[in-house]
Amino acid sequence: MGALTRAERLVAAAAPIRSRVAWAIAGFGAVAVGACVTAPLVGSTPISLTRAWDPSLPFASNVDAQIFFVARLPRVLSAALVGSALAAAGVVFQALLRNPLATPFTLGVSAGAALGAMLAITAGATLVIGPVGTVPLASFLGSLAAVAVVYLLASARHRGFSTNVMLLAGVTLNSFFSALILFLQFFADMTQTMRTVRWLMGDLDVASYGPILAAVPLVLIASVAFAWLARALNLLAIGPEQAEGRGVDVLRAQRVAFVSASLATGAAVSLGGPIGFVGIVVPHLVRLLVGSDHRVLLPAASLFGATFLIGCDLVSRTVMAPLELPVGIVTAVIGGPFFLWLLITRGAGGATR
Amino acid sequence: MKRLFHDVFFCCVVALATMIAAEPPSSARRIVSLVPAVTEMLFAVGAGPQVVGVSSFDREPVQVAALPRVGALLDPDLERILSLRPDMVVAYGTQEDLHRQLARAGIPVFSYKHGGLAGITETIQRVGERTGHVEAANALVRDIEADLTAVRTRVASQPRPKVLLVFGRDPDSLRNVFASGGIGFLHDVLELAGGTNVLSDVRREGLQISVEQILAKRPEVVLELRAEADADLESKTRKVWRTLAAVPAVRDRRVHVMTGSEMVVPGPRIARAAERIARLLHPSVKPVRP
Repeated sequence: MGALTRAERLVAAAAPIRSRVAWAIAGFGAVAVGACVTAPLVGSTPISLTRAWDPSLPFASNVDAQIFFVARLPRVLSAALVGSALAAAGVVFQALLRNPLATPFTLGVSAGAALGAMLAITAGATLVIGPVGTVPLASFLGSLAAVAVVYLLASARHRGFSTNVMLLAGVTLNSFFSALILFLQFFADMTQTMRTVRWLMGDLDVASYGPILAAVPLVLIASVAFAWLARALNLLAIGPEQAEGRGVDVLRAQRVAFVSASLATGAAVSLGGPIGFVGIVVPHLVRLLVGSDHRVLLPAASLFGATFLIGCDLVSRTVMAPLELPVGIVTAVIGGPFFLWLLITRGAGGATR
Repeated sequence: MKRLFHDVFFCCVVALATMIAAEPPSSARRIVSLVPAVTEMLFAVGAGPQVVGVSSFDREPVQVAALPRVGALLDPDLERILSLRPDMVVAYGTQEDLHRQLARAGIPVFSYKHGGLAGITETIQRVGERTGHVEAANALVRDIEADLTAVRTRVASQPRPKVLLVFGRDPDSLRNVFASGGIGFLHDVLELAGGTNVLSDVRREGLQISVEQILAKRPEVVLELRAEADADLESKTRKVWRTLAAVPAVRDRRVHVMTGSEMVVPGPRIARAAERIARLLHPSVKPVRP
């Protein structure tokens, strides 16, 4: 036994986690890819796939191809991106705030985004950067503003980075922004109010690839940060003091966690609107399946988040066709009862870890 | 003597009061209207001078610019309404709280219910009855019906294009497209003007329609309605729709925008809206009347 060097022992300890991560990615990844491949085949209209994929037909006059490539595929891809970003951000916020009820929207990101969207809708101004339209752009800027306020408050007047202040600031900001939204709505006309309300219910019918491509880099940057954070989050979830004792730069980890998770949330909300429950139901469900080691949990949750939202959007576009059931209603109807069941069967503490 | 004088005076007062009461109770003299469509009707039947307050959204006719504003559907300002001492308030049928409050104050309410094309002329007649302008209202209804019939007969023999009637969408993309379903005055006007609503099987006035459904329904004409004009609206709109090249309307360059409040207000100018849509759908058919 004495023959084993320290490095060898470390490798031996790391092997199971490596294979668990690999298995989780393979398993949840296969399901997510399966969802991405099958979901575009189903829709509110029957289409001929042979016609859709026939390159000899001119695309401009090929309705089946346009339904497949312009209507369905971007929807499925944006659902995958938004679902994955919200689920992973949910995991990170729950660990950062050490609170099982934390969601990507707890710290005011979505309220800031909603205020931005509302301002864009009522002002009627047009502001377009590349493929990103006025409302998504304004909502992203709004989410950044909210993040900046919470960040400054959490850093100010405290040594370090107070998660308590962050939580209080976030909750306050949520109600403050909601009040501002109501204020704007009071002066808006009926159609503007209706559009805002509809925006709040979430919508993934993006009808082009541009907005998705614009959101991908932000989510990618956040994902790299999440991967780097995974071990630190395990320790942060136990407690900042313990993490400090195990050599984690707590302050830096907390800051990176907050900024990257907020970035992912902001990108997701600007693409699909504030779709609720994905960021809380998926993390808890995946925790039940793979445990609470963030090195496994984060990739698994982001892959399952993609699958979950693709499924919910499939329901939203088919169940009442030609009417569109807003996807936020579908996630809430599925997510709400599930979460209550989780609370009853596992207890509030059991759901965290 | 004094007693006699008193009695005579009393009798006169009673007689005067009876005379006032004998006047049709329906003739409102001070009207507050929370419904822009009904405001237009009031002015069109000649009851304009009786209108003392309008909603925040009233723009037509120009005379309303000088009138006090009393809120709208969601935020009626009861205090301002009462301060105008109205003897009739035009309110939406869904404003139940307001109905109750006005009933408590003893103010009669003209309850407005949003409906189809037939509802417009019906409402005009009711407006005439309640304001003492029955003749003018009947004449107005006859005019509107004659104009509508003229439009209908003119396009009757024409092929009917499949039309997607859009009320609203995001400004720079095809997200959140709201379109007319198979009920409501705009659907009725569209069908009368010689078009077939691609969403006529949906028993709703308006609905959000996905890009997939737009592609699947294959409208031959896309008609976007806007209350207000905007610079190079038509070219901007065409550009947004270009992504859906397989839609016949896009292929044949039949994506149009129409602006003007007569297109969205179910009021006395509805025949003009029908006329404009008919000309757009059937450009080769010349109008009979100028």
